[in-house]
Amino acid sequence: MWSHLLVIAEQTGGVAEIAQGSQLPFTLALTIFVLAIFVGFEIITKIPPTLHTPLMSGSNAISGITVVGALIAAGAGHSVLATMLGTIAVILATINVVGGFLVTNRMLHMFKRKS
Amino acid sequence: MDREAIITLAYLVASVLFILGIKGLTHPRSAVRGNLIGALGMLIAVIATLVHQSILEYHWIVIGLIIGTVIGAVLALKVRMTAMPQMVALLNGFGGAASLLVAGAELIRTPPPAFSDVVIATYASGLIGAVTFWGSLLAFAKLEEYKAFRQPIRYPLLQPINAVLGILALVMCAIGISQPESVGLYWAVVFVASVLGVTLVNPIGGADMPVVIALLNSYSGLAAAATGFVLGNAVLIISGSLVGASGVILTNIMCKAMNRSMTNVLFGVLQAEDTSTKQDDVYRNVKGAAAEEIAMLFDTAQRVVIVPGYGMAVAQAQHAVRDLYQLLESRGIEVLFGIHPVAGRMPGHMNVLLAEAEIPYDRLKELDDINAILSETDVAIVLGANDVVNPVAKMDPKSPIAGMPIIEVDKAKTVVVIKRSLSPGFANIPNPLFAADNTLMFFADGKRAVLDLIAAIKES
Repeated sequence: MWSHLLVIAEQTGGVAEIAQGSQLPFTLALTIFVLAIFVGFEIITKIPPTLHTPLMSGSNAISGITVVGALIAAGAGHSVLATMLGTIAVILATINVVGGFLVTNRMLHMFKRKS
Repeated sequence: MDREAIITLAYLVASVLFILGIKGLTHPRSAVRGNLIGALGMLIAVIATLVHQSILEYHWIVIGLIIGTVIGAVLALKVRMTAMPQMVALLNGFGGAASLLVAGAELIRTPPPAFSDVVIATYASGLIGAVTFWGSLLAFAKLEEYKAFRQPIRYPLLQPINAVLGILALVMCAIGISQPESVGLYWAVVFVASVLGVTLVNPIGGADMPVVIALLNSYSGLAAAATGFVLGNAVLIISGSLVGASGVILTNIMCKAMNRSMTNVLFGVLQAEDTSTKQDDVYRNVKGAAAEEIAMLFDTAQRVVIVPGYGMAVAQAQHAVRDLYQLLESRGIEVLFGIHPVAGRMPGHMNVLLAEAEIPYDRLKELDDINAILSETDVAIVLGANDVVNPVAKMDPKSPIAGMPIIEVDKAKTVVVIKRSLSPGFANIPNPLFAADNTLMFFADGKRAVLDLIAAIKES
């Protein structure tokens, strides 16, 4: 698994130099996508069924990472429409992030005690 | 280093923290820390984004963050553990909607060249995001058991209509990809995909809900990854594909646990047999029993296995079950729980409820482990489960649940089935277990029954 991580680290590290204009070349983006799926399969198959519900709510929180794009859309001051869409996206993604991490934390504490 | 590079490195740190965070979930002991590591990653990603040079004004951002945080926190702190499937469905939907809105805003802000990878990703995000959002909202309404959504809305040509909608959406995507400047096309695709999300989830219900929830979970990840391609942002691509992979794995586990393919769950309808006459035959020898009679079983028992199902969640019986567990353990009886992968309305649903009731997780056994010891078990208690313990799955190759792995409670010395009536489970087939020689039926509400049982054991 660590070898996967290293490859990804190299790839994303390389992005820092290339992404001056913030656009990631498609082939590199695809490489990251495929490698990340492998990392995902590798780790997630090891998660015991007992923790599958927290896994779902926790991964929900992580998919709230769209908030990063939403923040830029809401703050770029482009047009009223783009700002509005961005703001709604910030609200929804933040619900995802805050709700997801908090509820997962609540559940996992239940697993932790008495064991 | 310029600001852009520092932000990108911060995203790299966030990605690594997400991966480590999910890795923490591989054991209950490290799971709380794992979740916190993931949250830290998110905090770093958000702070890094806030210093991005293209952000010029902050008031909408602040308003959005505050509203989102308040709603998210209230939802997370108030939700009952039995309502967790609804909560996850709702969060899936919000994730999908956020992705499609970001992709839509980006299309307005910086129209990409026709046929470019960016415009393709934009339409992918809109399509998947809209299906996820409306599909999840409908799944939420079904799980909440709102009256209007208890039964699927019936209309003819269900599957052909889905196919037409799907093709229509794809054709419109193709047109949109060739004309990125016509933003209206994007919202038209979003509209068609929204209808598709509803019509796809509409016919699915009951025991198939875990599959739907897991699949929508995967979609919300894929929508985020597609938005990552739109923005050329690696942290979105990495987190999105992690979530996508997780959803796919869970979907597969659920399908295997029902011995059905994903296409069958999504597009097939369970064959409902005419059960009325067969049922009388099967249930001729059913033996009912009262709490006192069942309590005597525990005088000599050494090992008890409890098999919970969705009925335990409905009756909110998990705390009563904990009391029974403690009472039996205090009398030197070993108590284990057999958890079927599709028990409940989402993957791991029963485990969360039992954890809420403070039952140690090492008492919860998976299908294969519990089946290995059921023949050396004195009493098996089935609480609100039906299809997952139906021996027909092994005996009758023509049955709708044929080949589905079951918890073989019939191998135990005595089986106690706690159930309100003899009504069939989701698969709508009679269960010969209820009439087996070694089975006693305890007709009552799940919580009431367990409380009565505790009282009877204390008296005897």
